[in-house]
Amino acid sequence: MRSVSVDLNHDASLLIDIPDALCERDKVKFTVHTKTTLSSFQKPDFSVPRQHEDFIWLHDTLVETEDYAGLIIPPVPPKPDFESPREKMHKLGEGEATMTKEEYTKMKQELEAEYLAVFKKTVQVHEVFLQRLSSHPILSKDRNFQIFLEYDQDLTVRRKNAKEMFGGFFKNMVKSADEVLISGIKEVDDFFEQEKTFLLDYYSKIKDSTAKAEKMTRSHKNIADDYIHISATLNTLSADDSTANKKHCGGYYMSSFVFLQKVEGRVASDQELKLTELLRYYMRDIQAAKDLLYRRARALVDYENSNKALDKARLKSRDIPQAEEHQKQCLQKFDKLSESGKKELTSFKGRRVVAFRKNLIEMAELEIKHAKLLRTWLAMV
Amino acid sequence: MATSSERSPPPFPDSEDQDVLDSEEVGGRESDEDDDGGGDDLLFVNPSNPPLTKMDTTLPPASQPSDVLMEPPSDLMNDPLIEPFSSLTENKPTSKIVSEPSDDFVDLTNNLADSPEDAAESVLADVAIDTTEIPLDEPSDDFVDIFGGETEAPREEVVIANVTVKAAAAADKSEVTSDVTDPPGDLKTGSDFEQEANETATDSIIDLSDDLLSSNAQKPPLASDQFVDPLVDFLSDAPPAADAKIPSRATVDLFEDEGNDLFTEPRQTKSAKQQQKSLFGEADEDLFGEPLGATTKKPVIKEPKGKPVPTKAARDVSNMGGPLQDGYTAEPADIFSEEAVTTVPSIKKTSAVNSKTNGVHSEEDTDIFAATVELSLDSPQEERKKGVPAVPSASAPSVSAATSLAKPQSASLEELDDDEEEEEEEEEEQEDKFDISISVKDPEKIGDGMNAYMAYKVTTQTPLPMFRNKTFTVRRRFSDFLGLYEKLSEKHGPNGFIVPPPPEKSILGMTKVKVGKEDSSSADFVERRRAALERYLQRIVHHPSLLQDPDVREFLEREELPRAVGTQALSGAGFLKMINKATDAVSKMTIKMNESDVWFEEKLQEVESADQQFRKLHVLVESLVVHRKELSLNTASFAKSTAMLGSAEDNTALSRALSQLAEVEDKMEQLHQDQATNDTFNFAELIADYIRLLGSVRGSFDHRMKAWQRWQDAQAALQKKRETEAKLLWANKPDKLQLVKEEIAEWEVKVTQYERDFDRVTATVRKEVVRFDKEKARNFKREIINYLECLLQSQQQLIKYWEAFLPEAKAIA
Repeated sequence: MRSVSVDLNHDASLLIDIPDALCERDKVKFTVHTKTTLSSFQKPDFSVPRQHEDFIWLHDTLVETEDYAGLIIPPVPPKPDFESPREKMHKLGEGEATMTKEEYTKMKQELEAEYLAVFKKTVQVHEVFLQRLSSHPILSKDRNFQIFLEYDQDLTVRRKNAKEMFGGFFKNMVKSADEVLISGIKEVDDFFEQEKTFLLDYYSKIKDSTAKAEKMTRSHKNIADDYIHISATLNTLSADDSTANKKHCGGYYMSSFVFLQKVEGRVASDQELKLTELLRYYMRDIQAAKDLLYRRARALVDYENSNKALDKARLKSRDIPQAEEHQKQCLQKFDKLSESGKKELTSFKGRRVVAFRKNLIEMAELEIKHAKLLRTWLAMV
Repeated sequence: MATSSERSPPPFPDSEDQDVLDSEEVGGRESDEDDDGGGDDLLFVNPSNPPLTKMDTTLPPASQPSDVLMEPPSDLMNDPLIEPFSSLTENKPTSKIVSEPSDDFVDLTNNLADSPEDAAESVLADVAIDTTEIPLDEPSDDFVDIFGGETEAPREEVVIANVTVKAAAAADKSEVTSDVTDPPGDLKTGSDFEQEANETATDSIIDLSDDLLSSNAQKPPLASDQFVDPLVDFLSDAPPAADAKIPSRATVDLFEDEGNDLFTEPRQTKSAKQQQKSLFGEADEDLFGEPLGATTKKPVIKEPKGKPVPTKAARDVSNMGGPLQDGYTAEPADIFSEEAVTTVPSIKKTSAVNSKTNGVHSEEDTDIFAATVELSLDSPQEERKKGVPAVPSASAPSVSAATSLAKPQSASLEELDDDEEEEEEEEEEQEDKFDISISVKDPEKIGDGMNAYMAYKVTTQTPLPMFRNKTFTVRRRFSDFLGLYEKLSEKHGPNGFIVPPPPEKSILGMTKVKVGKEDSSSADFVERRRAALERYLQRIVHHPSLLQDPDVREFLEREELPRAVGTQALSGAGFLKMINKATDAVSKMTIKMNESDVWFEEKLQEVESADQQFRKLHVLVESLVVHRKELSLNTASFAKSTAMLGSAEDNTALSRALSQLAEVEDKMEQLHQDQATNDTFNFAELIADYIRLLGSVRGSFDHRMKAWQRWQDAQAALQKKRETEAKLLWANKPDKLQLVKEEIAEWEVKVTQYERDFDRVTATVRKEVVRFDKEKARNFKREIINYLECLLQSQQQLIKYWEAFLPEAKAIA
């Protein structure tokens, strides 16, 4: 049940998975299990407890590391969101009086299943995040990453305080303003120029698609829920009816509606898993790739600025070596970024295509499976 | 035919009384001789049949005539019947199928044995006792009387004729029975039967009657009219009256006896005198036709019902109207005869005849029968039937005797409608297929602006002979449909029928249509309404007795329909209706009916909870539809954005796959949309229909309650009068006493009448509800299967789409 499996873990030297997770109130504790042959780890096999915040910390440190500027940092997993099933559960409790017992239990079951699905999904995205890191040739060597995996105590990552939060927000603002500014910069490399337009376009499209897919799955789920109610009502109706005939038929139809509900529900959840999750993940991934482009563009701007600075210095014949040094650094950085960025983007492309292929095939197969199941059932009826 | 016109409103006691009087007059006028004996009989009757005392109350006003009436049938009873009967009686008790009737039989035999008058008076006089018990006998008496009066024919002769005829009849029966036994239960047997019967009887009866009809039509129209009228009246009146007293016992007695009497009588007449034949020709036909119908009916019923029928019959007998009993008694008798094979041929006939005794009945039965069996036979009854229905609806053909007969019958038909209904029910339920199919098509907007309306093409296809053509089409507007409902519910509602309601008026929806917005919602509205109207009409024509209604036929057949009033002026009429409903609700609150019938109590609860559930279901299905539409919309937008994504994708294969996915999603959108339509039409609309129908069911319960209330009120009034009488008696005021006594008599009649009404309504409602339940189950089964099939189709499509997509996805490199 892996929605985004991207041929990760192709190197067996570092295997990571999250076999277990505990949900305590707002916090979710993941058990991160690592199996490795690398000598940089003390033990070949170990597990540590980690929270969602720890993942964020890891991501942030990676992003902030200058050396990784030319890499696509895997997108941070979204915050576990159990609010919606919880809220639904609450609503269900309120509406208990208006429902028959059977209906209530069924709805409850359904919600529990949904809750479980959300939980699993959450675990999965976290797992995928770590696996992406572990499969990356450079990122897997990261010190912080290794600490994250190995340090068997609570990381007790300092939660961001208000100032930092604001700072982060401010940074984001600056970044987006900056993005606008540097978007005017003339691209020197065709590849990046192309890539940039593509990613921008793709991002907006995929964002749209994701939203639509979400809506679609939601309405699918609604239909499944409707079937629950309908089958329950049909059931009571046939139970009330004294005619034997009707009772028979009622049971019959009810069961078919139960079946309908199950199939629709499964179609919805599969769509959710295979399609929506895929789109969602790649939306984030593309964001990450865009970040890379931004960083590269930033570096380019820096380089050009340093060039100007050098020219100025030369003109003034002052601080020339410093300026030269700076210009060189910038150029180096930019070149490095461009190089790794190119690599990263190409691999990203390949990865994306593979993931899409896999998921689309799986989804089509599942759709066919469900439809066939339903068909045979209906034919039986 | 003044009498017939008076008769038409069914439940009014006054008119019936009048009828009774009329008929009695006729009888009395023509047969003076009988009076003496009749008086004796009366005396006799009272002590011997204590349960019948109520009868006396009704009869006393009639005084002399009643006596007369009573006498003649007895003869018949005695002579020919006794032999077969006695054997019958023996048989019946042994076969426990019909426990109640057996008692009656015993009674009869007892009576006969006891009656000392037999010896003294002519054979005719003997059975007077029976007649008192059984008002139905009266017609037969009349017959005899008339004969006596007109032809002066010595009674002995008649009697002899009777006997002989009976023997013949017995022979026929035996044949019939044998037939029955051979191929038990098949529908074919019914037809075989008829043919058989036709063959045997045609010679003597049908031919004669036909000839007579045609040849003598001009001659004795008057006589026949007179004759027929009272007869019919009596028949219609009598059974309920009998019911009122001792439903199970008395009625059964009546019927058994009567059947024989009538049956034999008409035959006599034919064989005996040609002059009389003219009169009887018609009667014979009826009788004859009826037995056929009955016999044919039996096999049909037997098969599916088997044992339950008898028990049910027995139970029903107690609280149902006379004619109904006939049907039932007939059935058990048949069964019995079948089981015991040859034992009692006469019984069958009697029962059959019984059901027919009410001329009206026979027609209905045969009609139905004909409808179900596709009218393979050209028997005269059929033709007559055709004539009969035609009479009320179309301009009366000047057919003289036949029509004259037909009229009273159709009139009384309405009276007895419900009772017959029950019998038909049984049959109808067995036969799912109806030979009438109706479609409502081509909604068309006529006119402009606020005066615009939608007209629908109503096409009927039917081989039923009561329609002039096999296929015909008329244009009807919505208010016509409403008008039809108004008429039907006014006519049949109080009798406890569940009249299928039409879709509601929708000002909003219609205004949209009127304004001429060509958007999907108004098209949707029109289509919904069209389908609803179609289902509404189908429900009506599939209701056996509503189909018989002249208004229905008119609605289906007539080119131009007078514009329905009251429905279009919704504001005024609607307001009135609202007030009516409010008062109804209030009276419902105030009427505290202590429900004696557990069945009704349970049923009412059932209906109410079903109503609730249906409402809930409707809301749910509507939300399902909404969600489905949402899904379809979302799928569409997803498809669009996927297409965009595909175009943005730089990997060619993936781009292709994505655009393929977009296409698949596009098709899915269509599927979802279709499914939403399917949800709406197959499911939501059906449920909406049933919510409306349940309203009608409740309405029929209310009508029953109202009938009960009327009865109770009458009883209370009677009680009060009695108290006054006692007071007056004590105060010794003879002048006022007389007045009060008259009043008491009046109220007693009313009480009986109302009670009868109530019983009849109860029986009808019960039948209707049973029918409704069955229909409901069947409907739902059909629709849900339909629904699932549609679903199956769309799943099939879905599989196809995805399977086509799969290789595309796999082709992504």
